[in-house]
Parts: sequence; structure tokens; C-alpha cells
Amino acid sequence: MSEIIPVPTVAELVAKGESPEVLFWVGCAGSFDERAQKITKAMVKILHHIGIRYAILGNEESCTGDPAKRAGNEFLFQMQAMNNIAILNGYGITKIITTCPHCFNTLKNEYPDLGGNYEVIHHSQYLQQLIDSGQLKFEGGEYKGKKITYHDSCYLGRANGVYEAPRKVLEKLDAELIELKRCRSNGLCCGAGGAQIFKESEKGTTEIHHERAGEAIASGAGIIAANCPFCMTMLRDGVKHHNRESDVEVLDLAELVANANDL
Amino acid sequence: MHWIAQLIFLAVLGTASYFFYRNVSRIRRNILLGRDEDRSDQKSLRWKTMLRVAFGQSKMAARPIPFILHFVVYAGFLLINIEVLEIIIDGIFGTHRVLSFMGPLYDIAIGFFEILAIGVLIACALFLARRFIARIPRFHKAEMKGWPTRDATIILVSEIVLMTALLLMNGADQALQQIGNNHYIAAGYFPVSGLFSDAMLHGCSENTLILIERSCWWFHILGILLFLNFLPYSKHFHIILAFPNTYYSNLNPKGRFTNISSVTNEVKMMLGLPDADTNAPPPESFGAKDVQDLTWKNLMDAYTCTECGRCTSVCPANLTGKALSPRKIMMDTRDRLEEVGNLLDKKQEITPDKNLHSYISKEELWACTTCNACAEACPVNIDPLNIIVQMRQYLVMEKSEAPNELNMMFSNVENNGAPWQFPASDRDAWTR
Repeated sequence: MSEIIPVPTVAELVAKGESPEVLFWVGCAGSFDERAQKITKAMVKILHHIGIRYAILGNEESCTGDPAKRAGNEFLFQMQAMNNIAILNGYGITKIITTCPHCFNTLKNEYPDLGGNYEVIHHSQYLQQLIDSGQLKFEGGEYKGKKITYHDSCYLGRANGVYEAPRKVLEKLDAELIELKRCRSNGLCCGAGGAQIFKESEKGTTEIHHERAGEAIASGAGIIAANCPFCMTMLRDGVKHHNRESDVEVLDLAELVANANDL
Repeated sequence: MHWIAQLIFLAVLGTASYFFYRNVSRIRRNILLGRDEDRSDQKSLRWKTMLRVAFGQSKMAARPIPFILHFVVYAGFLLINIEVLEIIIDGIFGTHRVLSFMGPLYDIAIGFFEILAIGVLIACALFLARRFIARIPRFHKAEMKGWPTRDATIILVSEIVLMTALLLMNGADQALQQIGNNHYIAAGYFPVSGLFSDAMLHGCSENTLILIERSCWWFHILGILLFLNFLPYSKHFHIILAFPNTYYSNLNPKGRFTNISSVTNEVKMMLGLPDADTNAPPPESFGAKDVQDLTWKNLMDAYTCTECGRCTSVCPANLTGKALSPRKIMMDTRDRLEEVGNLLDKKQEITPDKNLHSYISKEELWACTTCNACAEACPVNIDPLNIIVQMRQYLVMEKSEAPNELNMMFSNVENNGAPWQFPASDRDAWTR
């Protein structure tokens, strides 16, 4: 980030007697993973650009518990969930935006049972809303005419049926969107979900992310658009496996939008 | 003489119905061995889902060729059974083509059934060709060896034989009608069997025709009753369970995994939350060790599975050569449930040396990415992922047998609030 944009925490706003209109849930990948931090920063630029009163939880944020739950550790998941809910409810948070579909799914679908009721929006949906309401205006931008393909993440797509919002955002880039053969509800997983990213994969003939990255590369697109920091890691690794990192780039929707707007 | 045939028919019909009832009751009992889960809500949406997915076959359309072939067989099954009703009435009362009083409507119906019958015959032949000549890969995965493939072959061949008997019966009937045999009243329109009924008329004596007509009639109805009783032992049981199974579909977003309520109370007590029920008995166990720990819906899923393998053919783990096959998860669940059911039938003890994990390995369970492609692909809304997760819960919470790397991830989440080993105080480091 060339200029440092100050990112307010909810605690800071509350100390000033304010409260955020929307909470930006950064997630573990967005906080700690070097590549995913760029997605986070791109999202911050967009939030700053449109001038909404947002905040992050900062060090009060903790893992939603998604990887623990998918791996079968329900205890750990519910511990995480209840601690997070206590903090979110304590601040009276009502609306959450996140750049991670795993956080999105868990906060939206699995927290209400445990007392956490929020309007949870994935950033692809939020970006679409901003475009629809005219808060984000595009004028061509650097992706005009470029070939972009889109990888549906499982937890945004099949898990929650969000297929259109990210595509609407990509349409705005004036790029040539190339759909993969396995897309939308038929999309192929990147191989990260269900806590797979935290372990070696079982014995097989190939790696899932090699397969998926190969498919994306074969589409002829120079840019693979992603909506998930874990897909980002897997797809980049896959592109590297195929020795194509020089001409195939994996970018998140937030980065594409921020770049197209010269933010 | 006729009354002997009627008596035999009644006895056969009664026996077949009794055995079918007994086997279905047994399956019902086995399904209800599962844990309770409330799926009685949103009735109108459930009816709509059933009408769309099971009756309307909506999810089959994703693959056009099997969709068309399957639709022909399905329509044949639904409609030709109307003719079976007539056969049963005729059999009981010794009448012949009792519904022919409907006149032109009857002619149209019989004509339509004949076209369906030849359609079913051709579709089943093509299904066999897809399986054994084109060798579509999903029909030849490891779990399909032996009985599953024999099962499929028996079904397809039976349907071909049954349809052939139906058409031969009609052909002989028509020839007898032309001869003017008193018993064979002029009724029906035969667009398919009409093509060979003349040849039958010229080639066979009246008695031979009667013999052909009667034996095909008996063969057809006995075949159907036998087939009915084969269903509970076969993957073909989906023709019945597809309807309740889609009615009881998971209506939540696929990404929403159930929160275990007994864990909720334990966690509340650990955190000292005021609404914890401190008097609640401690939960007996977590996750699924055996079939009885799964929900009844998981078990209904297992009996509904017709082993088409659409799930496995889109599973990222299976596509990349891993041991996991969602279809095998369903087949293993059913096999284990049958085994438990057999023990119950024999009033034998369910010994602790064997359980669902004896069928499904850890290697399979840990290969799943929880991507939901299997559940999405299933034409009858079976959810293999739900079983996988419950079995993982058993491995993690009861046996502490997660892969080592996942145990490290757990302790990172617990200690640092992130799956990696970064200090929680650095979570906001990116802002600085």
C-alpha cells in the first residue's frame, strides 16, 4: 500500500462514542497470509474510497472455527463461535462484510443457532451492491478487453448459491470473461476446503489444485479471478506447478476492482 | 378349471405382497435405528422439492443422454403399472382385459403402453451398452465390483425380459382376436406388437397362440411380483425411496453444518455462560461410530442410493486418484446397516469389534474437501458429506485420531485464534 490508510478498530470507534455501519471481518488468512493481506488491503481501499464508516475487530477477532468444524472438532468450533459471538454482540454488530467465503458461510449459517445473528455479506455481493447503487463507478480500467476466467469457490457457490454477484462484478471490468467447463454449481474445488489446506493430501494420482489450475490455464485467460484467500493460495501454487506464473496471474475480486479504479 | 388359475394367482399375489410388506417394514425399522432429526418443517417447500426433483427428475437433466433414457424407463414404470392393475383384476376374477369397456380410451392407453414398452426395452439395452460396451468410467470404479454390477445387470435384463413378455402377450392376443376366439374380445390398439402379430397368426395354431399368450401373461405378472420382491435387496429400491428421500431433503444452504446441541451445552458450561443447563446429563458420545449414530435421514439416503456414481464422478478427491468415493460411503453405510439389521433379526448382539469404521477407512474420510459437489450432483438429494463429517467427529472427539497436522491446526486455533502459529497480537499487524 503506497499510502497508509488508517484502519479503525471497533474498540477505537466505540471509545469515541461511535459505532461502525459495517464490520469488516478480515479472517485469519486475510490477517496473516502475506498474499491474502493484499486482498484485505484492496478491500480496505475500496471501503475507504466509498467513505463508509467501517471498522475491524483487530486483535479481538479470532478464527470463526470453520476449519475445526469441517475437521470434526465441534468443541473447538463452538468455543471459537461463542467467544466471537460474545464480542460481536457486545459491540452490537449488525452487519458484517468478509473477503473469505469460509468465514462468510460460518458466520452466516452456523452462528445464528449459537446466538449470533448478523447480516453477513461476502465482498463479492458487497461490491455488486456498490456497483448497482452507483457508489463504485467504473470507467473501463486496466482490464478492458483482457481475458479473465473465474473460479467459483465451494463455500460461496455450492454452499451458499452465490454465483451471479462475482460475475456481475467481473462484467464491470469490461474484460472478456471466459467460463471454465466446470463452473457454477459444477465448479471444481481448489482442494483447500474441509481443512485440507492444513495437511498433506492423501495418496492419489495428482493434486486437486494442479488439476484445477491446469483447467484455468487451459482456458487461455491471463487472469484467474478468485473470491477466497484459500483458493488464492491453491491456485497460485497450481499455476506455479505448471510453470505459468509469468503469464497467468491469480487475483481476488477486491484486487481487480481496486486496481480498475486506480485505488 | 379357471378357478384353479384364479386361486393360484391369488395365492401368488398374497405371498408376494406379504414378503414385500415384510421386507419394506424391515428397511423401515433399519432406517429408524438412526438418530432423530426433525425434518417435519416447511411442508409445502418439501412437497415442491419432491415434485421437482423426484417426480420431475430435474437433477437428472444435467446429463442429457442418461436423462432421456432414464425418463423413458421412469415413464414406463409409472404408466405401464396401470396395465398391471388390469392384469391383477383379470387374474383375480378370471376376466380378460376387464378395462376394455372404456373403448377408444382403452385403445389409446394400450397403444401408448406398447410404445413405452418398446422404449423401455431399447433404453435398457442402451443402458447395458453404456455400462458394458462404452464402459462409462463411473460404472467401473472399485466399489462396483461383484454384486453392485450384477445387481445392475439383473435389473436391466429383467426389464428387457418383462417388456418382451408384454409385447409377445399382446401379439398373441391380437392374433387370437383376429381368429375370433370367444375369450379374446376385440380390444386394444397394438402399434408395436401389431408388427409381428400377423406372423404369429400364420405361424402358430390357435392352441399355441393361447399357450404363448397365457405363458407370457403369467410370466409378466410373476416377473413383476418377483421384481417387486427383489427391490428391497437391490439398489433399485430408489424407485420407491426417491420420493420420501427428496421430500425430506436438507432445505438449508449446503454450507450450513448442524451444530451438535449436546456440545453447545458442554461449551456453555466450560465458558460459565448463564444459560448453560448444569443438570443436563453429559453426552454419551460424539460423532458417528456406527450406523445407529447417524441420523435416520443418513440411513434413508443409504437405502435410496442407486449407485449411479454421479457423486463420485465429480468428487475432487476421487478425480485425483484418492481412495474416497462418495458413492462408496453410501454403499458402505447401507451394507453395515444391513449387517446390523441381520443381527437384530437373529436377535444377536451387535459386537464392538465391528462398526461403520470397519467399512470406511480414515484415508477416505480425511480426503474430503467438504466441497459439496457430491450432494449437488445427486439426482435424489443424498448427502454423503454429512456422513463423512459425523465420522470425522467421532475420530476427533472420541478417538483423538485426527492427522497430526490437523491436531497442530486445532492447537493453533485454540491458542492463537488462527490455524497457523502466529501470535494473536499480530492479527492486526497488516494495518501498521
